Amino acid sequence: MTDAVAPKVADPRTVLHGSSAVADHTEGMSYLQTLPRRLVTLYLPLSIILLVLLFPFYWMALTAIKPDEQLLDLERFNPFWTWTPTLKHFQKLLFETHYPLWLWNTMFVAVGATILSIVSSVLAAYAIVRLRYKGAQWVGGAIFLAYLVPPSILFIPLSSVVFQYGLFDTPFALIMTYPTILIPFSTWLLMGYFKTIPFELEECALIDGASRWQILTKIVLPLAVPGLISAFIFCFTLCWNEFIYALTFLSTTSQKTVPVAIVNEFVDGDIYRWGSLMAGALAGSLPLVVLYAFFVEHYVSAMTGAVKE
Amino acid sequence: MAGLVPAIQIFPHRCCKKTRHACDKSRHDALKDHPMTDVVWKPLLREPTAWNRLRVNRDWLGLWFMLPAAAFLLLFLAYPLGLGIWLSFTDARIGRSGNFVGIENYVWLWDDSVFWLSVFNTVLYTSVASVFKFAIGLYLALLLNQHMPFKAIIRAIVLIPFIVPTVLSAIAFWWIFDSQFSIVSWSLRKLGLIATNIDFLGDTWNARWSVIFANIWRGVPFVAITLLAGLQTVSPSLYEAATIDGASRWQIFRHITYPLLTPIIAVVMTFSVLFTFTDFQLIWVLTRGGPANATHLMATLGYQRAIGGGYLGEGSAIATAMIPFLLAAILISWFGLQRRKWQQGESND
Repeated sequence: MTDAVAPKVADPRTVLHGSSAVADHTEGMSYLQTLPRRLVTLYLPLSIILLVLLFPFYWMALTAIKPDEQLLDLERFNPFWTWTPTLKHFQKLLFETHYPLWLWNTMFVAVGATILSIVSSVLAAYAIVRLRYKGAQWVGGAIFLAYLVPPSILFIPLSSVVFQYGLFDTPFALIMTYPTILIPFSTWLLMGYFKTIPFELEECALIDGASRWQILTKIVLPLAVPGLISAFIFCFTLCWNEFIYALTFLSTTSQKTVPVAIVNEFVDGDIYRWGSLMAGALAGSLPLVVLYAFFVEHYVSAMTGAVKE
Repeated sequence: MAGLVPAIQIFPHRCCKKTRHACDKSRHDALKDHPMTDVVWKPLLREPTAWNRLRVNRDWLGLWFMLPAAAFLLLFLAYPLGLGIWLSFTDARIGRSGNFVGIENYVWLWDDSVFWLSVFNTVLYTSVASVFKFAIGLYLALLLNQHMPFKAIIRAIVLIPFIVPTVLSAIAFWWIFDSQFSIVSWSLRKLGLIATNIDFLGDTWNARWSVIFANIWRGVPFVAITLLAGLQTVSPSLYEAATIDGASRWQIFRHITYPLLTPIIAVVMTFSVLFTFTDFQLIWVLTRGGPANATHLMATLGYQRAIGGGYLGEGSAIATAMIPFLLAAILISWFGLQRRKWQQGESND
């Protein structure tokens, strides 16, 4: 299963930039198509899809900076634009709610769970790919199966497990449970990276008397840095995104993460809540979008790597 | 002969287990032949102790390397999975461990119309959303695979809905689907297409299509970018050859692109079906299962019964009932892959 798909996935760099498997930067056969034909078959459908994909974000951002009276009056003001942007909603968010605390909670949980998962995954992936202990293949398969177990069927028993371990309503409930989602994914991703590192390098080091630990930290890890970055930012994104565990395991307002807090704390009867709701959603998405802007290629490689198996 | 003794001294560790006796014997013979020699036999390198032997043992090392990951997965994944199945056979409530009640929970669910409604909703949600995600995602991937200006930026933008947390984009959709101030209703009214506002989330079927639309919106980028990665591995010379042979665009797609893409389609769609089937966030934010349970998925119903109502046993039974569906989805894609391999003449591994 692994080998069948692995070579069929392109390098992330070419996914973003190249036009084909052979990144020759030529137009290929596209010169056969006339401009009017390309307008209809390519640019028109593409711009419609892009418009639909991006409109919710535009709407989110616009709502976040619109004054309240313009939000609900669609007749007197053009709803698609505003000439009087305001930061009132953000101000309310930052100074009248626990929003900074929620951001901090989310960050703390995401970083903690990600670090734990990456460390465990590096060790596990190295052992499966390179130590090849007895039954390593079976363990690899079991970890892939763990990847397919969705949180939706685990959260009920996990809530009682978390309670038994005395972690309920603490950030550690999430830091300890998120790795179950992250470890299978990042182990598979890192296994793919470790496989590409030449075996001969390790053999040389073994002959020179290096221990397995030295080989891992001084040879394998420095060579797998792109894979580590991919795994790290993707795990971070998944943690930031996670909802159902955070909803179930946390009950105190000040302990909540951004997604849960926005859904539960902002939704009061107030008809003018939309501005601050959208401001909260925007501010919660921004860290991830900024991270994404810097590491686009790593995201793509993590995504295609996840599918590689 | 005198040289023989030091040679053995220097390389005593060279004698592996099976030949050590022979080595010792030859050394003994050498000493016997030269009784005058007073060289003290002292190895320069010590015999590897049991500890040293263990330190380079693959299985022993592998055990330690696997320990952190295994601890997490056993304590927080395997154990809860088993516990969940056990809980589904008990009458556990929140704060009270239950007694074994056999299949009472399942019997109860069998007669529960709300449960069957949630099964219907889940199957509808998964099948419609997956089909559209696949069709639009494949179409978008084919578009993105063409040569155009600002290619890298456009491809990066496409993935943004996948990056932004689902809950936060779902909140944007909640505002877009608002019954009074929906921008969609407003635009359609201004265009003269409808007379009154559409009640997106208040009407049974409107609500279903609305959440399905939001799910498609969120899932298309993942499908498109992963399929694009698969498309890039198709050699352009195949397309050129087909064009010279006079193949139409549809024929090129049907007989070159699609067959070469099948393995990655199988994998992507398995993941897509899996995550759509177990979706929770989107429904919870947009409708919480309403109106009148019309959009309850099995996951949201399980949450409502177990955490909201406190009936852990019944909630676990709903969650456990999802497992056969998931297994079916995984097996179908697995055998899809196997068949491809067999057709390509590769050996199964």
